[in-house]
Amino acid sequence: MAELTLVNPYPDALTGVEMRYCPGCTHGTAHRLVAEVIDELGVKDRTVAIATVGCSVYAYEYFDTDAVQASHGRGPAVATGIKRVHPDSVVFTYQGDGDLASIGMAEVVHAAARAENFTIIFINNAVFGMTQGQMAPTTLLGQKTTTSPRGRTVAEAGHPIRICELLDTLDGAAFLAREALTTPARIRSAKRSIRRAFETQLAGAGFSLVELLSICPQWWGMDVLEAIDHVEDTMIEYYPVRVFRDRLGEEEGGGDA
Amino acid sequence: MSEQRQRVLITGNEATAEGGIAGGCRHFFGYPITPQNKIPEYMSEHLPPIGGVYLQAESEVAAINMVYGAAAAGARAMTTSSSPGISLMQEGLSYMLGTELPCVIVNMVRGGPGLGNVAAAQSDYWLATRGAGHGDGRCITLTPYSVQELHEFTAGAFEIADRYRNPVCVLADAILASMMEPCELLPRREPSPPERPWAVGPHDPAERERNIVNSLWVDHNLMEAVNLRIEERYRQAAEEITDWEEFGSDDPEVVLCAYGISARICESAVGQAAQAGVRTRLIRPKTVFPFPRAPYARWAERVERMLVVELSMGQFVEDVLLSVEGRCQVDLLGRAGGSMPTVADVVERVVALAGKAGGH
Amino acid sequence: MPKVVIDAERCKQCMLCVRYCPRASLRLSDATTSKGYHPVEQHDEEACTGCAICALVCPSVCIEVYR
Repeated sequence: MAELTLVNPYPDALTGVEMRYCPGCTHGTAHRLVAEVIDELGVKDRTVAIATVGCSVYAYEYFDTDAVQASHGRGPAVATGIKRVHPDSVVFTYQGDGDLASIGMAEVVHAAARAENFTIIFINNAVFGMTQGQMAPTTLLGQKTTTSPRGRTVAEAGHPIRICELLDTLDGAAFLAREALTTPARIRSAKRSIRRAFETQLAGAGFSLVELLSICPQWWGMDVLEAIDHVEDTMIEYYPVRVFRDRLGEEEGGGDA
Repeated sequence: MSEQRQRVLITGNEATAEGGIAGGCRHFFGYPITPQNKIPEYMSEHLPPIGGVYLQAESEVAAINMVYGAAAAGARAMTTSSSPGISLMQEGLSYMLGTELPCVIVNMVRGGPGLGNVAAAQSDYWLATRGAGHGDGRCITLTPYSVQELHEFTAGAFEIADRYRNPVCVLADAILASMMEPCELLPRREPSPPERPWAVGPHDPAERERNIVNSLWVDHNLMEAVNLRIEERYRQAAEEITDWEEFGSDDPEVVLCAYGISARICESAVGQAAQAGVRTRLIRPKTVFPFPRAPYARWAERVERMLVVELSMGQFVEDVLLSVEGRCQVDLLGRAGGSMPTVADVVERVVALAGKAGGH
Repeated sequence: MPKVVIDAERCKQCMLCVRYCPRASLRLSDATTSKGYHPVEQHDEEACTGCAICALVCPSVCIEVYR
């Protein structure tokens, strides 16, 4: 009988601590993909994870790397401080849409403009999860949240923010991509972008960010599979999934291949 | 090598910046605000050529969080600002207290509240000594009163921050920031902080476990343990670094209480009051957290009146009141919003108080 | 023959693996975890190709695939 081999070993860059996320929450998927990339690139011992504020506040318990817990929205500033002290470190922040696109908008924009050489994993699930379902800057028009109970309207709350498109105006951003943690094909694509973002950092090419469209069944009032379908049917329409910028690829001449 | 120090005529801002470099700081993060702009300007000129980092942050909020990151990574990091900017830094300071990280911040206090003005004030005393954002914990706070002390206290602040793993605030004002005085410069130290086994960054996993810099403790017992550890360090600091200077009569009728630029005014007032026939003694704290309670308590037994002179409507005076515990009367000569008392104002109050003390 | 090992105690019954298994070899079991979920089990081992899509989509990182 042929020897069986484990094809998906548990990532070395995850501690194995059971994650406290709700059933189906794609934070777990995102953590695993990031950890796999850290393992593949062999950079675990020089990686510093920046945990922020939101459902992923305990990220430092899950990533088996050095870690700093940052205040709400300030992850990119903290990452800047670390990276300027240890340019040879591999630094990533892990931020949700409240953290990054609301309270931390100044920090992410300026980090990108300065071409800070670290990576942001941006989880966009269009709602504040940890604080129990309030409207986020990325909440879609019409979407009901606990602070937009009749659905988000332009008159009351303006328009949802597209972070990748916004950062795509800045010369300091070297890699920008939006992916979705829904179907197997999209999850594979997300991993490719996460890897590319870390490679961008390792090459010293500048700022990199991967936005991951994610689900929040709990505060969307859906079951997990409905939530996945909601991303596919509705969210992607407003937040197109694509690579916005890949400076490494351009340098390699692969941009128009 | 000559031990003789270089003596230069410089502003308080420049002396502060050079003090940071002398203290081993090679990572400066700041945001422009009057009256301390010469500090970031100086750092931007002097740090990069010696392998240091100067970074102009997008805000004071970002600047203090860059300091947080740099300190977590093991560096001697520093930021400077003035009152409104220090208000914005409170959140970051609270995180540095909670994660027990060292750093140095300098506050060149200006008139407030609100946007206020750019004249000298001492109205951030509470912000410095009670503040550092939410939660328990405070900045260890040093109060220089000359350009020379700005230089030396800033340099020394890094040692103190390291020893107690706590942010240290150098609390000065717009006049000290801008005035020029002769200053003997300390040699520039290499950045040689003590061992930082807790710092994050590239490492050999055979040499240490991973490090986590964190202030989230949902278990209240663990959160209280952090607070108790911090409090124990403050108790130690009170024993080890509390510092003050006394000046004037050994048999005073009135004790003057002032720090920083107000102490400069009072120093002159001691001599002029003597000419007016009133014996005074100045007790000038060099640290206000920890606060030198002992000299105030001691002299409260021997005089009937103390006069607190400060550029606020009464913040520092509360620490004096807590120190004398009702054993003597404490009066306040406070000016606010950037206004200053003159030496003559102080002498007039002293003479009046001495008259009352004399029973007239 | 490929093998799928599910850490049932960590399974939160999200159904993503069940939906995306191309061979429909997974289903919810009748068992109950200490958190009250019905964990996924492999009911058709013969059908499994060891493609590991179940593990790819699993947010709980609780599926091991051997092949």
